[in-house]
Amino acid sequence: MIIPLLKGLGLTLSRFFSKPITVQYPEEKVPPAKRWRGIQYFEKDERGKTKCVACGLCMIVCPSQCIYIETAEDEEGKRYPLTYELDASRCIFCGFCEEACPVKAIFMGKGYEWVEGSRKPFLMTTEKLLEEKANNP
Amino acid sequence: MQLLYLLIEMVIKCVVVFAGLMLAVAYLTWLERKVLGHIQIRFGPNRCGPFGLLQPFADGIKAFFKEDLIPGRADKAVFVLSPMICIIAAISIFAVIPFGNQFTIPGTNWVVKLRLADIDVGLLYIFGVASLGEYGIVLGGWSSGNKYGLAGSLRAAAQMISYEVALGLSIVGVIILSQSLRLTEIVNHQAGGFWNWNVWYQPVAFVLYIICGLAEINRTPFDMPESESELACGFNIEYSSMKFAIFFLAEYAHMITMGALAVTLFWGGWQPLLPQLDFIPGIVWFCAKLFVFLFFFIWQRGTFPRLRYDQIMKFGWKILLPLTLINLLITALIVLLKG
Repeated sequence: MIIPLLKGLGLTLSRFFSKPITVQYPEEKVPPAKRWRGIQYFEKDERGKTKCVACGLCMIVCPSQCIYIETAEDEEGKRYPLTYELDASRCIFCGFCEEACPVKAIFMGKGYEWVEGSRKPFLMTTEKLLEEKANNP
Repeated sequence: MQLLYLLIEMVIKCVVVFAGLMLAVAYLTWLERKVLGHIQIRFGPNRCGPFGLLQPFADGIKAFFKEDLIPGRADKAVFVLSPMICIIAAISIFAVIPFGNQFTIPGTNWVVKLRLADIDVGLLYIFGVASLGEYGIVLGGWSSGNKYGLAGSLRAAAQMISYEVALGLSIVGVIILSQSLRLTEIVNHQAGGFWNWNVWYQPVAFVLYIICGLAEINRTPFDMPESESELACGFNIEYSSMKFAIFFLAEYAHMITMGALAVTLFWGGWQPLLPQLDFIPGIVWFCAKLFVFLFFFIWQRGTFPRLRYDQIMKFGWKILLPLTLINLLITALIVLLKG
């Protein structure tokens, strides 16, 4: 009856002297999983602009309807998004936009830390999505 | 003049002991969280100051500024009174604990004894006051007007009755050996190296004392009155803000006094480990030994699960009580035969 109690005490004592496995979050971070779906970003083409051709497939497939696109054509007759708005506060990070994109313009990134005081800054435009590329090498 | 000096000495000693005890209680909560954390392979509090050392003060400030609720169905007077009973009982036990020998103030012939009161029925006083503390818990749970609180306080009452008997009987052996209820005499009886400590003459009583002491301070294997998982905190369920903090302080102060009493009765109080080591002040020895006990109290909390209620009662009455009685009989017999 006594031996198991002592064994238990021994186990906890050995745990007491072992190194904690805690990851101290703001200083240390666990890298996200390989297939992690985080904040979206836009892939750039050779001119440094978005690859998006504003086909609107992502807008149609988006289950939470958080993408809004206005299409325009440039002087070469190439379509591009005049406005591309992705409301990240409504996005459910399902990754359907990435799957639907025919030109591989939008991708799900690795970022998961994004805190704001209001809803407004969560509205991602083309510029913001292009900037987000820098966080996803 | 003599009387005035005595008064000044008493006031200074009271203030120092009270402040020291409160500081020890504050850092005991820190130590508990830290040790439990490391046992569970995590860090424990480490954000507030270096190693989380300011955490107790942050907790205190938080408790102070929280809303103080008194439930509508509570018996208001008793509800307010019970944390006070708890803390007063827990602190006033420390008045008779001798935490060091005496020293002479340099340049004078004034002898300062390192204890607040050296009464000749010290042990009786301790057990009287310690069981008074249980009233705080019983009344607190009962006056809350809450069924969980009531269940907790009923358990506290039952546990108090069944374990107080064994606790009291377990130390009678020590009293027989040292022939005194005065704590300083019990400590002096154990002078001259660790082989003279009572723990070697009363090993069974020592183990029983630790077990019953844990039950007496409602600590984890026996924390029936406030078993979180079944009674949702038990007797202190309706308490908030500073009243809860006072219950908390009382619990930890009681833990320190239980440890200090174990040191005094079984581990030779302020006496050094070896007679050659007596250049280290007695108070350091006392604190070091006390720390061992406090660490053990926390360590076993991180190890053992809570006993079932009926098992606790069975253990108390059918195992601990007969064991203490047998131990007492054997001790008395040996002392009688040795003359």
